[in-house]
Amino acid sequence: MKRVQDFNVVGYNWLNKDNYIITLSSDSDIENIDPGNFAEIKVPNSPDVFLRRPISVLDVDHGENTIKFYIKAMGKGTRQLGNLDVDSKVNIVYPLGNSFSIIHRKKVLIVGGGSGIAPFIMLASKLIDVSTEVTFLIGARSKGDVFLTDEFNKFGKVLVTTEDGSMGEKGLVTQHSIFAGNMDFDHIYTCGPDPMMKAVAQIAHEKNIPCEASLENMMACGIGACLCCVTPTVRGNECVCTEGPVFNSKDLKW
Amino acid sequence: MVNLNVNIAGLNLKNPVTTASGTFGFGEEFEDFIDLNRLGGIFVKGLTLKNREGNDYPRMAETPSGMLNAVGLQNKGIDYFLNTIYPKIKKWDTEIFPNINGSVVEDYIAVAEKLNDVEGIHGLELNISCPNVKEGGMAFGVSCPSAMAVTRAVREVYDKIIIVKLSPNVTDITEIAKGVESAGADAVSLVNTLLGMAIDAHTRKPILSTITGGLSGPAIKPVALRMVWQVYNAVKIPIVGIGGIMNATDAIEFMLAGSSAIQVGTANFIDPQISIKIIDGIKEYCSNNGIANVADLTGALIT
Repeated sequence: MKRVQDFNVVGYNWLNKDNYIITLSSDSDIENIDPGNFAEIKVPNSPDVFLRRPISVLDVDHGENTIKFYIKAMGKGTRQLGNLDVDSKVNIVYPLGNSFSIIHRKKVLIVGGGSGIAPFIMLASKLIDVSTEVTFLIGARSKGDVFLTDEFNKFGKVLVTTEDGSMGEKGLVTQHSIFAGNMDFDHIYTCGPDPMMKAVAQIAHEKNIPCEASLENMMACGIGACLCCVTPTVRGNECVCTEGPVFNSKDLKW
Repeated sequence: MVNLNVNIAGLNLKNPVTTASGTFGFGEEFEDFIDLNRLGGIFVKGLTLKNREGNDYPRMAETPSGMLNAVGLQNKGIDYFLNTIYPKIKKWDTEIFPNINGSVVEDYIAVAEKLNDVEGIHGLELNISCPNVKEGGMAFGVSCPSAMAVTRAVREVYDKIIIVKLSPNVTDITEIAKGVESAGADAVSLVNTLLGMAIDAHTRKPILSTITGGLSGPAIKPVALRMVWQVYNAVKIPIVGIGGIMNATDAIEFMLAGSSAIQVGTANFIDPQISIKIIDGIKEYCSNNGIANVADLTGALIT
């Protein structure tokens, strides 16, 4: 069930000057969260940030009642969220949106770029539980922009592309050698910038591999009330917050 | 004990707090967060005769103390509402007000006719102020003769309460309010969004796909309050006040300016429980100030 809940800041793990993981804890139980779900976070002490910020859940610990978000500080809201005192209160609305399909006993490829990698730790963990073999392909501009690979390594092989060639193969994710020739993946998951996801979906279609893409449209309410975050689909304009954020890429008319 | 009941043109609302069209879906979206039975009423998402896909993304821009939207009345049409949505939401013990829209007067008439015989729906909101559609919408609400014409046409086919939703994008809102009153409106709701615009200086492009959109949120509250006050002094029919209400104090200010009831809009996006908090806050204000009937606040501004 969706709910509004107060959390307290436990601490930060800064990955570089713009990217951080925030850990929040609650006195009460945390709702069940599936990979791909997101939360609408109210930015405290920031009167000029009017709306909540929709952020994918990175990880949840029901034993400790903690929840983690990986956030890229891109504007005032995400910067202020990275600048809170320990123990300060953060109000979130969650769990929102749908989630990735969990494919049993198969081989899957997970393609992420930028802050789009956030839902993939939870996803991989669930996939491993049902005996699915996971390969990650992470795209970034440069070595310094590649995050969480240690975490991903726990679940499967990690491939990297960087635009400047400073880590992994040089180029865009879709130029990675893994896409050359036959691919024996049963399913592809992708989350990141739209052009990257479109290109990944295109390859998936050509190779006849089912592909799920998680969209990051701007949102206001996050619960399907305002109809601001729509994306065109074969069924018409649909809210990314409720019909998504995860879509079968074949349904998207982007 | 505080009596929270208010009366809109003969219809009793259990309290003055309703939710604004386009900010509360069909109510179901908020079912996990609040007890919908506690609301005075729900003005549901704008309806048109036929399915509308609305405008292209991006439809939203955050602005200082508010937001712009350009949704463009995306909805599945009045028949879908009546056959699929209304049967699910009629169980709630609150007043459901459909918000109706059209490109031409005939559309409004056709939608109103379909609603006239729906038992349980006691009134509609006639939206002549949507700034985000190419045809109709606000065009009806910014000229007195057309506002009157569409009100009169709907009056002829609709027997229950008509609340005309007014646009703030006019030179003198009292003229339009008086016009629709004389054309048969039972009440007016105001204000709809203010026409606005947002630009991305880096890309040099407008943020909204439609270039302009409707501004809502606390940024518009002083303008909305002023218009409620002006209209209160110009017409006899009740007013439903709208415009940047974020808390109970804001709601009370709108009542003091002349509103009989209020709509909570954009605040629902930030706190899905805000409507209930506002009801509780109004009750507390009345208790603390020795006000037995919340209706006594309407127009009680001390000048």
